[in-house]
Amino acid sequence: MKKNALGAVAVVLLLGAAAYASFFIAPTDVKQGLIYRILYLHVASAWTGLTAFFISFLANSLYVWRRQRRWDALGVSAAEVGLVFTTVVLVTGPIWAHPVWGIWWTWDARLTSTFVLWLLYVAYLLLRTLVEEPDRRALLSALFGIFAFLDVPLVFGSIRWWRTQHPQPVVMGEPGSGLDPTMLRVLLFSWLAMLGLMTLLLWQRYRLEVMRGEFEMVRHEAEAS
Amino acid sequence: MSLVSNTTVLLGKELRTEFRSRELLSTTVVFILIVMVLFSFTFDPTAEESRRFGSGLLWLAFLFAASLMLQPCFLREQSNDTLSALRLSVQDPFAIFLAKLAANTFFLLLTELLLLPVFAVMYNVPVLPVLHWLFLVFFLGSLGISIAGTALSAISAQARMRELLLPLLLLPLLTPILVASTEVTAALFDRSPYVEWKGIGFLAAFDVVFLTALWLFGEYLLEE
Repeated sequence: MKKNALGAVAVVLLLGAAAYASFFIAPTDVKQGLIYRILYLHVASAWTGLTAFFISFLANSLYVWRRQRRWDALGVSAAEVGLVFTTVVLVTGPIWAHPVWGIWWTWDARLTSTFVLWLLYVAYLLLRTLVEEPDRRALLSALFGIFAFLDVPLVFGSIRWWRTQHPQPVVMGEPGSGLDPTMLRVLLFSWLAMLGLMTLLLWQRYRLEVMRGEFEMVRHEAEAS
Repeated sequence: MSLVSNTTVLLGKELRTEFRSRELLSTTVVFILIVMVLFSFTFDPTAEESRRFGSGLLWLAFLFAASLMLQPCFLREQSNDTLSALRLSVQDPFAIFLAKLAANTFFLLLTELLLLPVFAVMYNVPVLPVLHWLFLVFFLGSLGISIAGTALSAISAQARMRELLLPLLLLPLLTPILVASTEVTAALFDRSPYVEWKGIGFLAAFDVVFLTALWLFGEYLLEE
């Protein structure tokens, strides 16, 4: 219990520091002015969401391989946490796009593929609610999670090649692109803070899922006897 | 070798089952026809407009039709209690998938080719000069739809609300197929048609990725 509280305090401090850095340390953008500072929330959430989905994919693969309940619990927890961060991305994206590009939603590669990704993981969670038997639910959703994750690069590639009219990636993009070094450092720090938040949420959600599994088992036994 | 012979036998079984009743084919054809007519009300289907929207319309209709057509794929086996027998009869469960996805690709391709002339007439798009290329795109696209769809119908058949679940799982997964094949088809419908090789390569890549995934994970989908 103490450890959890300590972790929570650390994450809150980290998030506060990241907010301070993104408002006061990072320089103001020449073209976009203040609004660009949403980058530190938007991009950091996007990377964190992807990290969570990647964890979910690993957990799904491990479940198919090892068949241990804990991997199923980790898979669903990571998918849910990833969905929360992607929702933040999908909300902050239009808020940023409106003043800068003049429209709320551009069918831009990253925004659109994030949306498709979001839909895929919503489908993953829906599938889980529709299979009663725990082992079957775990296996089927793990397999769907693997298929969905394999689809991500394809979704991104197809939209980027044919459906996008918007800016090329700035970080890790083609030569000539790039962030100001201070901005990049603040962004990486914000990502770190978000990763801290993700770990905290993931850990709590995972424990809840494990307890839920135990409860389900006890209830089954009680009903059987 | 046994994989090939098993697949051939099972494919024969799939085709026989379908051609006895032709239920799937006839309902899918009618469904796509309805979608085509309804779509014509959303824009003015002159030649110019059709060149712009036609390919997207066509592929959306195919995608929706496929998400209905793929439903009975495993449901049939389940309601007739034949899945266990099927599994016992083959050495490699991949043969079951291979046969089913070959049959589904064939059915889809058949309905697509049946409806292409109707589409060409209704929407004023000349398809004859690029027919062989269209055939290639239809084949690669339908193959991708069938691979992903066969895998997911094995999943949805084991869940509640399966009829609603399959489109929910399948359609977002097929985004890359929709984007790429619409793009290639639009290039073929263009005033001066050209072949979008990148799109054709992309469709082939999608097929290979998901076929490999199905080969690796297929047997788990059929676990009892």
